[in-house]
Amino acid sequence: MLNLDANTVLAAIVGGVLIGASAVLLMAMTGRIAGVSGFLSRLLPPYSDDEFPVRLAFVAGLFAAPLVYAAALVSPVTIEVTSNVPLLVAAGVLVGFGAVRGSGCTSGHGVCGNARLSPRSLVATCTFMTTGALTVYAMRHMLGG
Amino acid sequence: MRISITFLSGLVFGFGLIVSGLVDPAKVLGFLDILGHWNPSLAFTMGAAVLTTAIGYRMAFRRGGPILGGTFMVPTLSDIDARLVGGAALFGVGWGLVGFCPGPAVAALATGSRSAFVFVLAMLSGMLLARASDILSASALAARAAAKGGRQ
Repeated sequence: MLNLDANTVLAAIVGGVLIGASAVLLMAMTGRIAGVSGFLSRLLPPYSDDEFPVRLAFVAGLFAAPLVYAAALVSPVTIEVTSNVPLLVAAGVLVGFGAVRGSGCTSGHGVCGNARLSPRSLVATCTFMTTGALTVYAMRHMLGG
Repeated sequence: MRISITFLSGLVFGFGLIVSGLVDPAKVLGFLDILGHWNPSLAFTMGAAVLTTAIGYRMAFRRGGPILGGTFMVPTLSDIDARLVGGAALFGVGWGLVGFCPGPAVAALATGSRSAFVFVLAMLSGMLLARASDILSASALAARAAAKGGRQ
């Protein structure tokens, strides 16, 4: 039932350590939480401070990652998306709206908040993991999508 | 300096998403398929990320302030309210529909994925919508308070 091999697990752990290292670097140097939805949503108006360039820098780093990675390893990063456009739009709106209402996403709550043992982040993480799992179950095993 | 460090942090974050496979919606949906054919590898990613952050934050906080100056900007809210749970619930539904959350979606843009482009545009609209509804409800509250004040 569980399809796992040692290389996959190793890559998963190395990737996780990199994500953690990025969050620690940001906090230790600049005092900020590495929350992607926070950075992204505050790139949109209205602006309450002058931190726009800092937020843009994080998002630009994230955007540049596949390009730098592909150039260094001479192999492009490939992903697989099977969803159609209406589904992409509905999912995007829900993710964007939900992340702002819920004050964070998989990075801000899931990584940084849980690492601080924030009760709000623990509740948010359990909530989005549950609704995410139920959604996948409904889509795959009830609707056959 | 703050800008270059923040860029570097975003870059390393993106490498982590790529190496672990979190950038790939197909893999994320396999991870969320806990009740079906579960692919647990991303659980190791979450675990390693949280553990690394927990240890690193502890060391960073011991210093009393960020190396580049200023203060640690850590959320201080503690209420578990309907807004938090409702927002997280909607977020999870969107995440489960396609397999993208905000970080991977932005990183996936540079793979040339048109799906990521559509998703990110929709996500930004959702964020604008949430921020606009906050501003509207805040001004409605202010108006109500002002009306109340006027009657007294």
